[in-house]
Order: sequence, then structure tokens, then C-alpha cells
Amino acid sequence: MNPALSVIFFTVVSGTGYGLLFLLGLGLVIDPQIAGRNEALTVLAAGMVFVAAGLLASTLHLGQPQRAWRAFSQWRSSWLSREGVASVCSFVPAFVLGVCLWRGDDANALRWPGVLLAALSIVTVCCTARIYTSLKTIPAWHNRYVLPGYLLFGLLGGAVWLWAWHGLFDDGCPDVAVGSLGLPWLVCALSIAAALLKCAYWRHIDSAPPIATPESATGLGRFGTVRSVEAPHTEENYLTHEMGFVLARKHAARLRTLALILIGPLAVAFATFALFTHSQTLISICAFATALAVTAGLFVERWLFFAQAKHVVMLYYGAPR
Amino acid sequence: MTMLPPSSPKKLGLVIDLDICVGCHACAVACKEWNDGGEFGPLPDENPYGREPLGVWFNRVHSYEVEPAENSKPPMTVHFPRSCLHCETPDCVTVCPTGASYKRAEDGIVLVDADKCIGCKLCSWACPYGAREYSEVRGVMQKCTLCVDRIYNESFEEIDRQPACVMACPTRARHFGDLGDPDSAVSKLVADRGGYDLMPEMGYKPVNKYLPPRPRRDGCASKAAVPLEDKVDFSTSPLLRWMDKVLSR
Repeated sequence: MNPALSVIFFTVVSGTGYGLLFLLGLGLVIDPQIAGRNEALTVLAAGMVFVAAGLLASTLHLGQPQRAWRAFSQWRSSWLSREGVASVCSFVPAFVLGVCLWRGDDANALRWPGVLLAALSIVTVCCTARIYTSLKTIPAWHNRYVLPGYLLFGLLGGAVWLWAWHGLFDDGCPDVAVGSLGLPWLVCALSIAAALLKCAYWRHIDSAPPIATPESATGLGRFGTVRSVEAPHTEENYLTHEMGFVLARKHAARLRTLALILIGPLAVAFATFALFTHSQTLISICAFATALAVTAGLFVERWLFFAQAKHVVMLYYGAPR
Repeated sequence: MTMLPPSSPKKLGLVIDLDICVGCHACAVACKEWNDGGEFGPLPDENPYGREPLGVWFNRVHSYEVEPAENSKPPMTVHFPRSCLHCETPDCVTVCPTGASYKRAEDGIVLVDADKCIGCKLCSWACPYGAREYSEVRGVMQKCTLCVDRIYNESFEEIDRQPACVMACPTRARHFGDLGDPDSAVSKLVADRGGYDLMPEMGYKPVNKYLPPRPRRDGCASKAAVPLEDKVDFSTSPLLRWMDKVLSR
């Protein structure tokens, strides 16, 4: 599939934003003192900016972006529509939480918006993933690794950025154990889990049996093996542009290694280093480096997610079975 | 509204006879021409006279070679027109976030409302048959309408109320009718000739059916296997007998 930059940006950045909002919401529910007022407000604002930027980027993919409002109407059947509805809904508890934090409300006031924000963040990312997993025509998306992948990568993105922001607010956090030690541990765990899941996903898409063949696509299998001898057109068309993207397959192995190193070993190395150093400056640098590395890794991973996905329609154009 | 309507008794669609299609692309051209000027048009091309013209066609004709498992049989060339199959349970309709993509309750035709489409392309991703093509120029998705602006057009003679591709086919390889009615001509044709669905494993229940090529006549293969010169019977004339004798020395 053609990896449209707007859609890659949308899924990575909004996923990261929802990861941040989820961790913030959950954190404030578990312990309202987990972050100082300024830190919590900054993280909340960052999460909302990420989410909004992702959603705006997704409209760049549209041919008629001025009609984007229509996409909220078909939530009964369409995961894309549900995603839109859920993402807009998630802004409500985010705003309420922001107001509560701003006014310095007590722990009870933060609880409900926190719970709702965390829940709607998960729901929205699930909807995003379901847009892709619901497409039976693309086996690389229609499998059980994709939904946990979206959740885990969103959470990882959120965790690294939470850690990165946290370094800037060493004053507002009374709970040193969670603030300085907890986040690197969380990043390590999520990063290892994400890398393992991605490896399992790649192994799956490389070995999964084909869902259809040129024989079933044409119905001519009863007569023998089907081979395309002449395409309907000498030039490209929309289908070959959109579904027949082949650039990534050439560089796939190298890009996979790159994504894996950025998401996995590099992030783990930075986080582990941060655990054994006492210099606040070094920890902050480590945190920002991890955030940048993981985000870059997520972009490469998402680019491959699109570019390596094969669409069944290419069987008509002589794609290898 | 992108929820699928309840299954309609009327299922308008096409039956395509792969036995007699000669791959002339007349259906594709007639389709392009009609829809470019019809109610759902235009179908503008990008760069139409340039080096790499690109544009929406609702109908594409492929050519395939089918190699039989047994070596004794000759391979077969099959011309294969591909267009929207107006499936009974298509995902291209349900994935649409705006309600632009819909299936008509009254006759099962799958259409795109160009005024509601936001051009997200998701429906084209959901279709395994490549029936939908996005128009960069119009910013919306476009697809076969089964010539809905012809088949109900009362300003046309009865005989002309058929899709443009069916009218254009010089070998009558394309048939239009109600596949929901078991007594219709198209349904009988499908029953007689063993008409089949494309990619039934996807589960979208296409309405359009394809008729398989008839088995090639036996003997073609065995005759082709004998070298041509051995078929000349030298015993028939004195001159040939003499030539054969001289040349065989």
C-alpha cells in the first residue's frame, strides 16, 4: 500500500498523544499528587496538541477535506467514523481535566475526568487500529497483531514523551521514586514488549498463507495455473499507484532493523543508563534522546506497516502469489 | 447511510462470458465514453495528452494465460473484463465514514454519492476486485454505476436501457439482467453454463457472475504435437513419391 505521509503522521502522532493522555489520566487517578500542577497541565496540553495535530494531518489525506465533518455520521458501520467520534469525545474530559488542574481542584474532582480520558484514549486508538484490521483485503493488517501493536506503540510513544517532559519539572514532583525511577522502568518494559510484538508481527506477515490466488481471483484455477500476460493499461492507474507500492519491499530488511533498533535496544540503553546515573541533566538528555529515537522508530515502523502491506487486488496485475 | 440494506429480491448485475470475450476493450471504451458525459461524470483524466496519462476507468480488461497441469493440453488465453461486481455484502459500503458509498435497497446497485464523498479512499482499500478508482481531479471516489442513468432512462428505447458496456460488446460476451430472479435470462445462463463468483473466499457475495471458457476441443493438442511435415502423405502422387525418394537419400 502507498504509504501516505499524512496517514503515517496521523497514526504515529495521535497514537503518541493518546498514550500521553492515557498515562496522565491513569496516573492522576492512581495518585493525584503524581505530578505537579504545571507538569500535569503541560503534559495534558502536549497530549492534546499531538492528538489535534494528528487529526488535522489526517484531513490532508482527503480529497475533499472541507467535508470532513460528514465523517462523524456513519459510526454505526464504519470504524473510521467511530474513530472520528471517539477522538472528538476524548477532548471533553481532557478539557474538564485541564480546568480542574488549572483551578487546583482536589483529588476527587480529578478522578472522573481522569478515568474518562484514559478510557477514551484507549477506545480511540482501538478504533484507529480497527480501521486497518477490518480490511480483509490486506492480510498484513487483518490479523491479531495489529490492534495490540497500535495500543502498545501509542503507550510507548506516550511513555517516552512523558519521561522527556518530566525531566523539565523536577520541582513539582514529590514522589521521587515514581518520577525518576518509575518512568525509565516503564519505558524499558514497553520498549522490549513493543520490539517483541513487532518481531512477531513481521514473522506472521512473512509466513502467513495467501488469502487468495490468481486462480481464485479469476476463477480459472480449474483449467490450470493463471499468469497475467497483458495488463489492461500500459500506464499506471490509481490501483497500481495506491495498492501496488513496491519501493519498501526492496529496502524492507534494512528498514526493519532500523525501526527495531530505534524502538527496542536504543531506547532500552538510554533508559538503563538513566537508571544508573545521578546527574539530573544527563537523565533529561537521556529522556529526550529516547523520545526522539522512539518517535523516529515509530515513523519507520508505520511507514513499513503501509508500504509492506500487500493488497489482494494486485493478483489481477500478476502479483506473485 | 452505509449500513447495508436488507437483501433485495431484485439484484441487477452483469454476466460476463469468458468463453467468447475477445479482449477488444470495446466495453471499457464505451463505458469511459458514456460515463464521461453521463449523469455521474465527468471522468476527467490527469495529463490526458502527456507522457503518463492517468484517469478513472470503471472497466479494465486483463489477459491471462492459463497453463494446464497436464503437459498434453495447450495453454489457453483468457480475456478478462474486470469491473464492480455489485456485491451483496460489500465492505466498501460499510467502511465509508460519510454515507457517500451506498447500496441501493431497490435493485442492489452500489453507488458513490460524489457530493458526500470526502475522498478518504478507504472503500477502495476494502474492495478486493479493484472496482473503485479515485479521481485526483475531482477529489472523490468513482466506480461503475451499472449505467443507472441508462437502464431506467425512459427517454431511451426499451432495447437501449442497458449498460453501455453491454451495448458495445461485439461478441455479446456481456449480459445484463436481474440475477435475483431465477427465471431471468441471465440467471438461466448462469445455471446452464456454471457461472461463478470471483474470490468467493472473501465472502462479499458478488452479484455479477463469470461464465467459464468452454473446454477446448480435444485433438488440438495431439495434432499440434505431430510435426507438420510428417502429415504430408507422399504416397498420393508419383511426383511426391519420387521427391521423397530423392530427398530421403
